[in-house]
Amino acid sequence: MGALAFPAVFTLPFPRHVMIMIFLYGALATAWNIIAGYCGQIALGQAVFFGIGAYTSSLLYTRVGLTPWAGMIGGVILAVLVSQVVGYPVFRLRGHYFAIATIAVGEIVQALIINWDAIGGGRGVFLPIKRPDSFLNFQFHTSKAYYYYIALGLLLLALGITRWIEGSRRGYYFRAIREDQDAAAALGVNVAREKLRALAISAGLTAMGGSFWAQYLLFIDPESVFPLSLSILICLVAVLGGVGTLWGPLLGAAVLVPLQEGTRVMLGGTGKAIDLLIYGALIIVISVAQPGGLMGLFGVSRGAGSAR
Amino acid sequence: MSLLSVTGITKTFGGVMANREISFDVKPGELVGVIGPNGAGKSTLFDLITGFQRPDAGRVTFDGHDVTGWRPDRISHLGVGRTFQKLKPFAGMTALENVMVGAFQKTSDVAEARAAAMTALEQVGLGERAEAHARGLSTGQRKRLELARALATRPRLLLLDEVTGGVDQATVPGLIRLVRELHATGLALIVIEHNMRVIMEISERVVALQLGQVIADASPAEIVRDRRVIDAYLGETWRE
Repeated sequence: MGALAFPAVFTLPFPRHVMIMIFLYGALATAWNIIAGYCGQIALGQAVFFGIGAYTSSLLYTRVGLTPWAGMIGGVILAVLVSQVVGYPVFRLRGHYFAIATIAVGEIVQALIINWDAIGGGRGVFLPIKRPDSFLNFQFHTSKAYYYYIALGLLLLALGITRWIEGSRRGYYFRAIREDQDAAAALGVNVAREKLRALAISAGLTAMGGSFWAQYLLFIDPESVFPLSLSILICLVAVLGGVGTLWGPLLGAAVLVPLQEGTRVMLGGTGKAIDLLIYGALIIVISVAQPGGLMGLFGVSRGAGSAR
Repeated sequence: MSLLSVTGITKTFGGVMANREISFDVKPGELVGVIGPNGAGKSTLFDLITGFQRPDAGRVTFDGHDVTGWRPDRISHLGVGRTFQKLKPFAGMTALENVMVGAFQKTSDVAEARAAAMTALEQVGLGERAEAHARGLSTGQRKRLELARALATRPRLLLLDEVTGGVDQATVPGLIRLVRELHATGLALIVIEHNMRVIMEISERVVALQLGQVIADASPAEIVRDRRVIDAYLGETWRE
């Protein structure tokens, strides 16, 4: 309820921007948590789906005039398709090999987009500014409150889907695969199919985040929406908060995003990597002192609590 | 009519023949023991039957279906359960959740799966540990947990890889009683076991392997008198 009233209390753009970023990263990390935290597949190529979401809605808007809302759905569909095509061979790998392969896929896709002139290449895509504010155009220039509620909605969708997975057969299958995929297979779990489903859900949600991002900034390029650093940041946020728990990724975002935005504001261009240094230190501290992530401080271990 | 037919299966790992033209049958409700020295190919045989390995040659037929080369989950759905020699608990999940994964094969309803899992846990004597995390269980309890998990899939044939291996002597009789109880329910079992007293006590038939080949397939009474089995596995002390 507090989250709903926030824009009414904090009317300045900056606090709202920080909250929007918390919701966005919270949603992205929650989406990653489905494939990595619950299903145990350390995918480090989430930027691929984020970028697909951003590019699909942006290009459909600038080239075809389709509302970004429909473009967002288009992005989800494309991201899910790509996740299945790429996931099928990559899921044959286990452990580190899987993680490395997903990094490679991310790098390949980014290189492809940079060199794909027909969709802007390295120059990216500018979205034309439309006034007045319009829900249909997904552009709001007078107040960040609209973006705030849309980002909150995205976060709630990601959390809701996670909650639903946790309480259903699928969630048990995901966690079983994380713990031991051979044992899961021996019990009748179609391991390859379940992994693909986890990735599809994760990819779709991540693509929605990408479309949102494009509409929020109105400019995208391969460096900003397809970078490996984004895939890793998503992972860091979730790991810091606590993987395999419902609230962990959001908690991680609530800690890291203000840190990132705060150092950016305080140090400006000179402090460019300070936030990353602090992240690094935080991750080391957390992994030594509290391997379950910040959620561990509350006595919540991953994947527990749904079998009461 | 056999429940399981293994016909001439062969499996080679980089020049080592782990299984060489192995053939044997299991009838519905039968309890077959598998013995043999380390490296005789017992666990490979289980992997070939349950789809974790694909044989280079030969066929595996279960309940009239040729399941050779099928994925493990499909074979499980047909009614073949198994445990692993190296235990594979879902360590971060509770005992009940572990077993629920098996129970979900027959229902997608969480409450039903939980009830079925609880029944299976009680059947193996782990009912009181339902809420304990699997990583907190003793080896003997983990063996029972694997058993409960496999039972929750409601198999018609259960493959047990080393029921009493690695547990202390005090827990052995309980595990044996459990296997007998399961057998009494009409379940067919194939049991790999190193403890000869156990295998002689529970098996209706014993298949002896050596260097990937079947060297004997007979009743327990005949097995202990078999020249090749004594030489390969039992040693001189078994000769009166």
